[in-house]
Amino acid sequence: MRRVVVTGLGLLTPLGCGVEESWKKLVSGTSAGGAITHFDASALATTYACQIPYGDGTNGTFRPEDWVEGKDLRKMDKFILYGIAAAEMAVKDSGWAPTEEEDLQRTGVMIGSGIGGIETIAETALTLRDRGPRRVSPFFIPSALINLASGQVSIRHGFKGPNHSVVTACATGAHAIGDAARLIMLDDADVMIAGGAESAINEIGIAGFNACKALSTKYADSPESASRPWDKDRDGFVMGEGAGIVVLEELEHAKARGATIYAEVTGYGMSGDAYHLTAPSEDGDGGFRAMQAALKRAGLNAGDIDYVNAHGTSTMADTIELGAVTRLMGPAAEKLTMSSTKSSIGHLLGAAGAVEAVFCILAMRDQVAPPTINLDNPAVETVIDLAAKQARERKIDHVMSNSFGFGGTNAALVLSRF
Amino acid sequence: MSDVAERVKKIVVEHLSVEEDKVTENASFIDDLGADSLDTVELVMAFEEEFGIEIPDDAAETIQTFGDAVKFIDGAS
Repeated sequence: MRRVVVTGLGLLTPLGCGVEESWKKLVSGTSAGGAITHFDASALATTYACQIPYGDGTNGTFRPEDWVEGKDLRKMDKFILYGIAAAEMAVKDSGWAPTEEEDLQRTGVMIGSGIGGIETIAETALTLRDRGPRRVSPFFIPSALINLASGQVSIRHGFKGPNHSVVTACATGAHAIGDAARLIMLDDADVMIAGGAESAINEIGIAGFNACKALSTKYADSPESASRPWDKDRDGFVMGEGAGIVVLEELEHAKARGATIYAEVTGYGMSGDAYHLTAPSEDGDGGFRAMQAALKRAGLNAGDIDYVNAHGTSTMADTIELGAVTRLMGPAAEKLTMSSTKSSIGHLLGAAGAVEAVFCILAMRDQVAPPTINLDNPAVETVIDLAAKQARERKIDHVMSNSFGFGGTNAALVLSRF
Repeated sequence: MSDVAERVKKIVVEHLSVEEDKVTENASFIDDLGADSLDTVELVMAFEEEFGIEIPDDAAETIQTFGDAVKFIDGAS
C-alpha cells in the first residue's frame, strides 16, 4: 500500500484564524467560550458557545472578505466559507500549486460537514412560507449542500481529482481524513485536500441540540468554564464552529517536490455501535473497536501511542471513552497522556475530527500535549494523565485522535512523526 | 439617466460587484459583467423586488443586457 503523509495544515477555530494563532492559544490553556453574539439567543436554553472571532483580519481574527470575494459570500452558507478559508491556508502551507493538467487530475478534495447549511435551509424555509416559492434564491441549494465545500475548493484551485464529501455527524472530520488517505493509498489520487467544516451556531442549531439535551446550559455566567471534559460539574457540550483541513500526499510525491512533511497517516479504524441514536453503549465497545482497528492498520501496539486526543465532549460519554481507552492501553495506560481540546474550543461537530487531527500533528511537532482546561475535579479516577489545566511537554511519536458521532459512528486516526 | 435606469444600475453594481461605468446600455450581464446563469436569476429576482413587478420566466430569458432590463421594467411599471 502507498504511504500517505501530511504536507499542509489549515485551521479556522474559535481560538483564531490560522494554525499558529489557534495552536498558541490552545497550548496556553485559553477558552474560546463566550456569550453568543451571532444572533439573539436569549430565548434558548443555551446562550453561549465558542464562536469564531470575527474582526478585521488582524491578530487572528477572521474577516470573510479576506478569503471569499464579497459578491460570492451570499452564494454560500458559512460552513463553506470556513472550509474555503482553512483549505486556502492548507494548500498554501503545502506549497502544492499545480498547473499541469495531469497534476490537477491527481489532486482531489474531500471536505465534510456534520450539519451543512442548516442556517441557510432555515432562513429559506421562512422565505418560502412568508413570501412564496418565487423568492427562493437560486443559490439556496448550492449554498446548503454539504459536498459544495469540496466543490467550491476544487473550483477555486482547479483540482480535478476525486471530489467527495463525508457526512458522519461528529466523526466527519476524522472519516474525511481517513477516507481521503485511503484514496491516495489505492492510487485514486496523489494529493487530497481533506477535512471538515461546520457552522451550527445559529438559532435552529442550538435549539436542535438543546432539544436532544446535548448542550451545556448551566454556565451562562462563566461560559469560558462551560466545556469541562471528565469534570464532575460538566453538563453537556459547548457548540463550536470552524474548519480544519489537511493536505494529504503520497510519500514519494511529497519527497520528490521537497515538501515539508508534518506526519504520516499510519492508522485509521472505523466501527458502528448499532445501539442508540445519540448515546454510546455503556461499555464503549464501538469506540474501542475503532481504536483497535486503527492500531492494527498502523501495525502498532497500544503502548506505542503517546498521546490521545479524546472525543471528550464534556458529556457523560467522556467516562465511557476513558474506559475504552483504558481497556485498549492495558498496562501502558500509565504512560499515556490524553486530553480533550474541546475544553478550549468547544465541539466543532463535523469539523472536530479534522481540527483535532491538526492539533495532534502540532503536538508531535512541538512535543507538547495540549491541556484539558477546566478539569478541576475529575469525575473518575484514572492512571491516564488527562493533562488537566496545563499542557504537558513530553515525547510524542504516535498519536491517536478519536471521533464519535450520533448514530453510533466511530473513527480513530493514528498519526506518526515522520 | 432615468430613475429606473439608476435603480437598475445600483442593483447590478451591488450584485455583480462591478464598476458603475462598466454598466452600459449594451453591457451583457454574462459576457461583459461576469455573471453566470444563477447570477442572472438572482438579478431578475432583485428587479422584481425593487420594482414590485413580476417578470415571467420567458421574459426573464430575454433580459440579457442592462438596456434590456431597463426597457422591460419601463414597460412593466
